[in-house]
Amino acid sequence: MEQSVVIQEGYTRLKKTRTLFIGGLIAGLVILIGVAVTLGSADYTVAESYIAILAGLFPGIFSAPDLATTIVWDLRLHRVLFAVFAGFGLAVAGSVMQGILRNPLASPFTLGIASAATTGASIAIVLGAGIAGSEYLVIANAFLFALLAALAIYGMARYRGIGSETMVLAGIAIMYLFSAVTSLLQYVGSAEQLRAVVFWTFGSVDKSTWPKLGIVSLVLACTIPYLLYRAWDLNALAEGDEVAAGLGVPVERSMIVFMMIASLITAVIICFTGTIGFIGLVAPHITRMAIGGDFRTLLPASGLVGAVLLLAADSIARSVLAPQIIPVGIVTAFLGVPFFIYLFMHRRDA
Amino acid sequence: MALLSVEDLSFAYRDREILSRISFPVDTGEVLGLVGPNGCGKTTLIRCVDGMLTPGSGRVLLHGRDLRGMHRRDIARAMAYVPQSAGNQTASTVFETVLMGRRPYLNWTVSPADEEKVVEALAILDLGGLALRKIRELSGGERQRVMIARALVQETGVVLLDEPTSNLDIRHQMAVMEVLSGLADERGLAVVIALHDLNLAATYCHRLLVMKAGEVYGYGEPEEVLTPDMIERVYGIEAVVKQDLPAPYVVPVRPGQLREGA
Repeated sequence: MEQSVVIQEGYTRLKKTRTLFIGGLIAGLVILIGVAVTLGSADYTVAESYIAILAGLFPGIFSAPDLATTIVWDLRLHRVLFAVFAGFGLAVAGSVMQGILRNPLASPFTLGIASAATTGASIAIVLGAGIAGSEYLVIANAFLFALLAALAIYGMARYRGIGSETMVLAGIAIMYLFSAVTSLLQYVGSAEQLRAVVFWTFGSVDKSTWPKLGIVSLVLACTIPYLLYRAWDLNALAEGDEVAAGLGVPVERSMIVFMMIASLITAVIICFTGTIGFIGLVAPHITRMAIGGDFRTLLPASGLVGAVLLLAADSIARSVLAPQIIPVGIVTAFLGVPFFIYLFMHRRDA
Repeated sequence: MALLSVEDLSFAYRDREILSRISFPVDTGEVLGLVGPNGCGKTTLIRCVDGMLTPGSGRVLLHGRDLRGMHRRDIARAMAYVPQSAGNQTASTVFETVLMGRRPYLNWTVSPADEEKVVEALAILDLGGLALRKIRELSGGERQRVMIARALVQETGVVLLDEPTSNLDIRHQMAVMEVLSGLADERGLAVVIALHDLNLAATYCHRLLVMKAGEVYGYGEPEEVLTPDMIERVYGIEAVVKQDLPAPYVVPVRPGQLREGA
């Protein structure tokens, strides 16, 4: 019986570590948000920035110069929150994909969703350039193509029988197809269009607005509670189809639902930001290394890690060459690649 | 009424027939061994019995209920399945992997009672010392025992196992079979187990179902079923079956060796 106490205490300790990890991340994120809203070319101190935020929230109680309130609210705050939500969503989608595909290299991008979105954006930029309201056309097209890729993979997997290998293979095939279409469009496009396409693929949160933030947060608010609710099914699926089925999970239906949700989250984020790589791949890895693979804690924790990473990357992107802003996709790759290689080298003891 | 009964079950992949009109009952407290050469349909049969594959014809009755009318979660509360592979090399701990066996009962939170069941199953399979290790740090044999522990915490009346001893040394093979036959005895479980080792099957199974090419070649107690003639028909090899031991013991011999000796 001595041993049983040791085991249960060990599990309790693990649960405590998880709570601490998540608590620490929330605290870290709050601090980071606090720092990030003070960054920018207009030189406000930390205190001035906060008063401006409060003045926006409670106009009667706090007052700040109109310009400060405008700059902080209209230029900075939604951008900071957009980075937080986008990082959170991409990381959650990555965790789900890595779990159901049982592939540590899976990410929201593995299934060709990002390259499809790029194609959609390119079509809008190159072929639809004459149409008015081109920004929304680009967004809508990117979103549609991302979902189209997800549906194509679903169709192929359905036809061939759903298996994680089938899905990954189908995803890679789709990725090549869409990359080829994008290349063709770049080839036929004008220099200016080419520039716009390339910029889109860099990925950035520059174009964030309050309404866009609203859409992203609405999608996250609808999907993440559902994913959390089904955390045990994700745990079972991560162990393999047969195990999951033996534990009572309707495997095929669940795989489709989870894949579609992860695709939707990815699509709704990258249609606004362009390709932001590595967050969805790396955040789940960091989290699993720290607190293990139980999806009940993995989902929120990796979301928070993703939020911290993307916001940190964006803050660096805004300040390193200020007033020039480097696209955040470049910074996440710079941060992500060395980390990813580190993971590879140290996987054994992870 | 048998706890589990398979009636006239056939299964085909497209037009290739894998299982042909298989029937057998498994009673409470009984250990049934599925034996036969590679590719004879043992794994497919187990998957059909667990409802992962839908048979082309015939049916599976669990507590007298047709499996097809049952919800997956209800099947998982009545029947556990241990697949052949020794599981993924995940970063989860042994404790959490076994805890997953409670999934058919859990909503979201884990109660102390659930945790105690896991601790108990770990003790039964001699895994207590490994509880907080990660699955990927374990040997193949240890992982195989973790999968069996997970099936135990599922607290089902029926346990299906697909070659659960394939990665185990002889001591752990015996230990696992002891655990399974002990549980069949004490808790009245019905155990269906696919095995390659005929002697292990003869030692621990109450009955054997001998299969070849998707058909039943023999069904009954090991003493009746394991004969030199049956082994020649099913495996195409010559063998001596020693009957003077506690269980029949199959000794394969090289072609022609028997006649030379005679």
